[in-house]
Amino acid sequence: MGYFIFRRTVGFILTLLAVSVVVFAVMNVLPGDPALTILGMDATEDALAALREQLGLNEPLLTRYVNWVWNALQGDFGISHSFRVPVADLIVERLLMTVSLAVAGMVVTLILALGLGIGAAAQHRKFGDWGVMFLSQLGIAVPAFWLSMLLVLLFAVNLRWLPPGGFAGWSDPMAAIRSLILPTIALAVVQSAVLARVTRSAALEVMRQDFVRTARASGLSRRRVLWRHVLPNAMVPIVTIVGMQFASLVTGTIVIENVFYLPGLGRLIFQSISNRDLPTVQALVMLFAAIVVTANFVVDLLYVVIDPRLKARA
Amino acid sequence: MIELDDFSVGFGAGTALRGATLTIRKGDRLGIVGESGSGKTMLALCLMGMAPDSAQLSGRLSIDGRDMAGASEAQWQVLRARRIAMIFQEPMAALNPLRRVGDTVMEPMRVHEGLSRGAAHKRALALFEEVGIPEPVDRMRQFPHELSGGQRQRVLIALALACDPVMLIADEPTTALDANVALRITELLVRLARERGMALVFITHDLAAVARTTQDIVVMYGGDMVERGATADVLAAPMHPYTRGLLAARPDPTVPARNADGTRRRLPSLPGSVPPLNALPQGCRFAGRCPVELAHCATRRPATRLVADNRQAACHLLEEQAR
Repeated sequence: MGYFIFRRTVGFILTLLAVSVVVFAVMNVLPGDPALTILGMDATEDALAALREQLGLNEPLLTRYVNWVWNALQGDFGISHSFRVPVADLIVERLLMTVSLAVAGMVVTLILALGLGIGAAAQHRKFGDWGVMFLSQLGIAVPAFWLSMLLVLLFAVNLRWLPPGGFAGWSDPMAAIRSLILPTIALAVVQSAVLARVTRSAALEVMRQDFVRTARASGLSRRRVLWRHVLPNAMVPIVTIVGMQFASLVTGTIVIENVFYLPGLGRLIFQSISNRDLPTVQALVMLFAAIVVTANFVVDLLYVVIDPRLKARA
Repeated sequence: MIELDDFSVGFGAGTALRGATLTIRKGDRLGIVGESGSGKTMLALCLMGMAPDSAQLSGRLSIDGRDMAGASEAQWQVLRARRIAMIFQEPMAALNPLRRVGDTVMEPMRVHEGLSRGAAHKRALALFEEVGIPEPVDRMRQFPHELSGGQRQRVLIALALACDPVMLIADEPTTALDANVALRITELLVRLARERGMALVFITHDLAAVARTTQDIVVMYGGDMVERGATADVLAAPMHPYTRGLLAARPDPTVPARNADGTRRRLPSLPGSVPPLNALPQGCRFAGRCPVELAHCATRRPATRLVADNRQAACHLLEEQAR
């Protein structure tokens, strides 16, 4: 177990290193001059040259990469070109917003998907099963931004139950939660549609196994057999998908935050790409990559928690 | 305790069980033998109310004097584990791989009898000892993959006994085990049935195991009960041609493995195999494979004749002889 964690930690660091090379390379071969972006079209050639020198853009590529990584390790991601404040501060300010949204989306996804998936498996080839399969097909087919607009139209514009977008800060927790409800639903619908299908097929697979018959022969109710015996055994494929979904959930916040005008990382990455704000984009892509790699790492750990048979091999 | 009367199970055009008539009383030890597809497992599942949803049941199935043929899942749940318990063929697959075996055995006690964790643990420990699992305290904390096949089957027996049932159905409990372990498991089942005054229904195709464990035997073929009687009588003097074939196909260790001319001796076997459910002959199910078949066997169903006291067989040949 200790060796397993050690091996995975080394893999984690190597992956991030590889990501950093790719991100840095891609950002630096992109056309466009950061100095020109900052100073605007009217800047004089002297001013541009001075700024390039100040930003270190005249250094060799390798030196700039090493400097960037070295500073990043110390928490310094440079100064945002468009906001003129340290990138680290920009991220910290917005991290809570995006993390809250992603976690809320994941929780709602899990509740919906496990409930519907297990329910569909229990009702295999009956009405409930078809209903869930139809709804999930619909959920997968509907684009998140369009669903967001429909939700705003219905619950904010017509019914006036919830705010249509924007975020007034965490000082009023009730208002904060209210403005997160619609984005969370928009984020969770697609994800839970996918996960419900995975849950259903994983549960059906488990239900064919002998120990389910043993559990029923022990006089346990169908409900208990499903939730206590079938679901835990279906968790390995479910957790695999959840890990992958957490990644798409985080990237999904880019769309959702822009539709609902939420001041999170998703909105920040969109703004900084539009503004060619290289230090910010680099830092954010690194952060998103780290989140994805971490999610995979957690999934690998969960396998061992779920299935004692893997402990010997890990 | 259990009464079946003209009980049948159909699947669309096919019949898995035809006109089964059977009585099981407290303390009986009954063997049900037949090849795969003879309907013996279907019979056992029906006694647990666990026939597949697509099965059409007809006839009478009464347990403790109550008709259960059309009973709801909730009514069956009351009987399972507390009145009738069952153990299955593959002890590896029959245990939840993610649970400690102690927790598996404790679950029905806690659910059905509302036992506290401590009380359930105490009873499970006593059961582990009763079924002969060494170092039960440590074993209870282990997962199925950490136990041997024989120990897993013992755990399943402990699970079946968790709520003190009056009847235990064992569906080929020794098929997946090696001969030595199988022998000890059958001995254990007999001892438990005796000590607890529990009825034992032992389903198998192992005739030697049946001879050791049961007082009475039912021979099944193609969903019919073709012969029954006291185990010793049936095995000593089989009346139905199918039973005779089954006994002849048994390896006999006293016969040398090679013939006089040095060729390998082959076990006598029944010609052909059990046809699929929807292709069984309408008359005697054994028609087509029977060595002594009469002209009308395939079309007319033989009546079950009471040949002697506690001895029945369903064969046209017996009727011809009686005439």
